Amino acid sequence: MYSDIIIIKIVGFKSYCFKKSLWVFHFGGASCNNCDIEILDCLTPRHDLERFGILLVGSIRHADVLLVNGSINNHDKERLIELYKQAPKPILVVAIGACGCTGGIFAESLTFAGPVDKVIPVDAYIPGCPPKPEAIIAGIVKLAQKA
Amino acid sequence: MAADIFYFLVFPGLLFAGITGGLLSWFDRKISARVQFRKGPPVLQPFYDFFKLLLVKETILPKHGSPVAFLLAPVFSVFGATMAAVFILLPLFQITTGFRGDILVIFYLLTIPSFSYIFGSLASGNPLAAVGGSREMKLILSYELTFLLFIAGIIMKCGQQFDLYSIIQTQQAGTPFIGSVSGVLLFVVGIFCIQGKLALVPFDMPEAETEITEGIFIEYSGAAYALIKLTKYIMFFALPSLLVALLMSGFRLDGINILWSILKVLGIVLLITLIRNTNPRIKIRQAVKFFLVWMNLLAVIAIILIEFGY
Repeated sequence: MYSDIIIIKIVGFKSYCFKKSLWVFHFGGASCNNCDIEILDCLTPRHDLERFGILLVGSIRHADVLLVNGSINNHDKERLIELYKQAPKPILVVAIGACGCTGGIFAESLTFAGPVDKVIPVDAYIPGCPPKPEAIIAGIVKLAQKA
Repeated sequence: MAADIFYFLVFPGLLFAGITGGLLSWFDRKISARVQFRKGPPVLQPFYDFFKLLLVKETILPKHGSPVAFLLAPVFSVFGATMAAVFILLPLFQITTGFRGDILVIFYLLTIPSFSYIFGSLASGNPLAAVGGSREMKLILSYELTFLLFIAGIIMKCGQQFDLYSIIQTQQAGTPFIGSVSGVLLFVVGIFCIQGKLALVPFDMPEAETEITEGIFIEYSGAAYALIKLTKYIMFFALPSLLVALLMSGFRLDGINILWSILKVLGIVLLITLIRNTNPRIKIRQAVKFFLVWMNLLAVIAIILIEFGY
């Protein structure tokens, strides 16, 4: 019985550390750059996501969250799958913007390879064209509570 | 024997240096955030990062490379950093080891983390890691001679004594070495050597996040990366306290002097952080020239001044 309590505490500690230190890797598909700019806005002084331990990292091997924005075309699809395979598990995937969530105005396009959730499993959707930084922060906070 | 293991694992070693270094690393991040008008992370952030990497994340091994060397490199780096921290911190806490000549051992132990980073990055088989590894190699070649001249200056200044304990005692009996012209020159040289050894911003070309995406650490994930983080925390405590021991008369552990000891370390970390926040990354060629010409010149001038008694 005591061992059960200890195991529960260890699992709680692990998930607590995980949600307190989410490192973000940013994948831009065929994006119009608006979502990229809004994501960078979250990390700059005004909104400062480092308060919650969120850092932007340069290598997918260090990432805990994969942010995907922009419409995914046939070229991006292979790269996105490759990146998802290279990421150390557990990895959370967030689709940002109308293009990432549904395809947006590119949904009928010739080169469109499906919204992000047709390519890799997605944990959170943040719609908007582009979503406000406040909306992105709200989405990440909800994701951290779920994780 | 039991005391040695205690020294290594608990008090000045792994546990103490890791926790203090983690707190200093938080201080560094907080000051960086304040410089950029941000709010900055919570106090325990370095520990959340470390335990997340150690306990939660998966460690991925390279397919085209040597997995054994790749995994051994972080272990070696933690070992080297901890040994260096033990040798630096024992005299600072006024525990004599009776080892006359430990400053040369510290000099060699402080290079082990950099060498194991090179070792691990070349074993990962990633081209960007190889670029980072070769840059780290050039960086070591440039700052190591300067660091040796810096230590030679200190040894000459305290009358040919090769152990850290006598150097600290000499300063506590007289004046701190920084209170003279040659001492100030040596302090400037020492600060830049620390900046190079910690690979912080003017000299961060081995990891260059925006250019070669973390360079030497690009392939590390999970527990292996956690050990590298731990090495960085320990080095972030060991190197500023080495500078305190060599130039600023070490720690005193009675009454109000404890506060002064803490403030000395925090002051040096603050200086390092401000340098790192107000400078751009320079090219490796510029770094080699900076150390081999200018810093060596400054160190030689300091040694000549010591010879004439300034």
